[in-house]
Amino acid sequence: MSKSTFTRRGVLRTGAVAGAGLALPTYLRAQDSGFTNAPGPDSVTLGFSVPLSGPYADEGADELRALELAVEHLNGEGDGGMLQTFSSKALDGTGILGRRVEYVSGDDQTKSDVARATARSMIEKDGAIMITGGSSSGTAVAVQALCQEVGIIFMAGLTHANDTTGKDRKANGFRHFFNSYMSGAALAPILASQYGTDRRAYHLTADYNWGYTTEEAIRASTEAMGWETVNSVLTPLTQTDFSSYIAPVLNSGADVLVLNHYGGNMVNSLTNAVQFGLREASANGKQFEIVVPLYSELMARGAGPNIKGILGSQNWDWKLENELGAKYSGTNAFVQSFGTKYGFPPSQAAHTCYVQTLLYADAVTRAGSFAPCAVVEALKDFEFDGLGNGPTLYRGDDHQCFKDVVVVRGKENPENEFDLVEIVEVTPVDQVTYPPDHPQFGGAEATLGTCNNGA
Amino acid sequence: MDQIIVQILNGLDKGSAYALIALGLTLIFGTLGVVNFAHGALFMLGAFCAVIFNRLLSLSHKVVDESRTDFLGNPMQVDVPYVHEWFGQAAGDALINWSVPLSILFAIPVMLLVGVIMERGLIKHFYKRPHADQILVTFGLAIVLQEIIKYFFGANPIQTPAPDAFRGSLDFGVWLGFDPLTIMYPYWRLVYFFFAAIIIAGVFAFLQFTTFGMVVRAGMADRETVGLLGIDIDKRFTFMFGLAAAVAGIAGVMYAPIVAPNYHMGMDFLVLSFVVVVVGGMGSLPGAVAAGFLLGILESFASMPAVTQFLPGINQIIIYLVAIIVLLTRPRGLMGRKGVMEE
Repeated sequence: MSKSTFTRRGVLRTGAVAGAGLALPTYLRAQDSGFTNAPGPDSVTLGFSVPLSGPYADEGADELRALELAVEHLNGEGDGGMLQTFSSKALDGTGILGRRVEYVSGDDQTKSDVARATARSMIEKDGAIMITGGSSSGTAVAVQALCQEVGIIFMAGLTHANDTTGKDRKANGFRHFFNSYMSGAALAPILASQYGTDRRAYHLTADYNWGYTTEEAIRASTEAMGWETVNSVLTPLTQTDFSSYIAPVLNSGADVLVLNHYGGNMVNSLTNAVQFGLREASANGKQFEIVVPLYSELMARGAGPNIKGILGSQNWDWKLENELGAKYSGTNAFVQSFGTKYGFPPSQAAHTCYVQTLLYADAVTRAGSFAPCAVVEALKDFEFDGLGNGPTLYRGDDHQCFKDVVVVRGKENPENEFDLVEIVEVTPVDQVTYPPDHPQFGGAEATLGTCNNGA
Repeated sequence: MDQIIVQILNGLDKGSAYALIALGLTLIFGTLGVVNFAHGALFMLGAFCAVIFNRLLSLSHKVVDESRTDFLGNPMQVDVPYVHEWFGQAAGDALINWSVPLSILFAIPVMLLVGVIMERGLIKHFYKRPHADQILVTFGLAIVLQEIIKYFFGANPIQTPAPDAFRGSLDFGVWLGFDPLTIMYPYWRLVYFFFAAIIIAGVFAFLQFTTFGMVVRAGMADRETVGLLGIDIDKRFTFMFGLAAAVAGIAGVMYAPIVAPNYHMGMDFLVLSFVVVVVGGMGSLPGAVAAGFLLGILESFASMPAVTQFLPGINQIIIYLVAIIVLLTRPRGLMGRKGVMEE
């Protein structure tokens, strides 16, 4: 009969020693620099949290491609991409502050809890100094809150809900992508000029945070120009067949259908709307119209010919520089790098993640430090150009980028599989700018709080 | 009144899909006694048969068009489908245009084979295991199948349009004396409903009026006695598994123009189809079909804005609510047989 040699004291003693041993590297790292995950002298690790499974996996895959490209360019490999056109010349292709850039990536599955766990693992196990990526406002808000808690910079990927830089804004979080308010403000004048000011709209809205803020923004903008909202119906995120929601639209007195849907939801609802003849129908003596506030090239590819003639808004488009000139410089440099490496043009999700990585690296270089609060100071009210969107401001009050918004329409006769949308107009930044205490962004109560260096 | 008719019509196509999947589930359960959680994945595979067939017909070779440039400014490489060269442009385009209905011919042998391989390769090893083990292994298989599809086709839905002749909608309301544009119903959904009705009738006729069907029905009732009579019931049951897979597959093929195929669509239908089977009565083929249509129509009604505004969220729970009521009042389901799943 064997006798156990474990004792209560022994286990406690061993546990305490092991715990202290495991905690020591982090403690030392934090103590000698004053912030979490201070990098060593040779390399620095960035964390890319993107959806590689789930409904936005294609967006996630494209983001990861762009992020890998950004790492290449930061390390002086490839053709340099937007480093050549970026107005700030701090980056020279020698990594960040002389350290070679490395990265870890993880799948957030477009689920807030998974995204948080993935980001936490990158920070605690892999020593990531910054987290970027993502294709959902739910995951962005969750990861941003985590980064604020632990003292890491979060450079949001594709997140369009007002809340990310609205009521849920955080000092350690930054968003380059545009938002629902900007979509509404950019689209409204185009909708008025294309469809008139006497219209009756019917909203189908995805039943989650992004859907609500998008509907609120589009309603506010369109009602301000004279449109009436006939009805708005929430649709479950898991819905794939929207026929039950689409069928009553024609008899509702509406003559415009606004689909506040994204990803698979948008592809399916738009397809159903076209199947039910809404594109050919007329109501109130006018041609029936469909509007999709947030467009994505990947979704347009999914929706196929159904997208023809449908208006929507985008953060960026790969044709911007070719069609609208040098104001949008950086676009062609990025498309050239990305297209040469991968064989197709980048999506706006890819663009925003690439730009966010460059902006972070540039801010660190200008600040001369990886300390989050120093980076925050460097990015605050930073004005830049040459990253594809024209002159852009990273507003210090809410850490939201302000730039022109692209209004697009599904192309009638695409020349190839990438040529799915045409640029209708670019709405100037002045028309989409709002005060930091705007009611759609949490009002006067919304604050960034104070930046957190962690440790 | 018009809204009621619209929702009944909507329910018919959804109900058709539920009925076709539940029919296959019940066939497998009734013959092999296996609770097949991979059946939704078979529906999804069927939809991807339509995608694959469309891609096969669209297989192209590149021809450089010097007069145009691609997105990088290089001479444009234009895809020329091989079918254009083999059959001429008009016939080639017609083939691609009709790829969804034509892919039934592709899907039937593929799905029969998939079904037989699934049954012989995996599921037969679980006949004598508890239902919980069968559920776990088939659910695992479903996840494997959908991950394989995601690996090759990505996560975004892939548009697989109906032939041009069936695009657009029928002004159903005019036939019933309503104003024009009051009740619109897409042509393809009508096609789907009639297609489902033909398949269901075909399966019933096969089981009812053929010797093979008679043996299978006898095997469903008393497998041991049929075996004692010298009939190899296992082979027939394997074929029935293949047939159920083919029914789910062609249901998926024809559904592809209604909801763009994506790797997850099987899971979306699976749970609801099981509820359909339970409501219809375990092992009852007519019960599965009747419950499929009933729940499809009820789900449509529950999604009407007038109903959701009065009872928010009812559209997401209506099927389960009905299932609870049916099971409380008729514990064997609408047409359940005594003794099935009651040991």
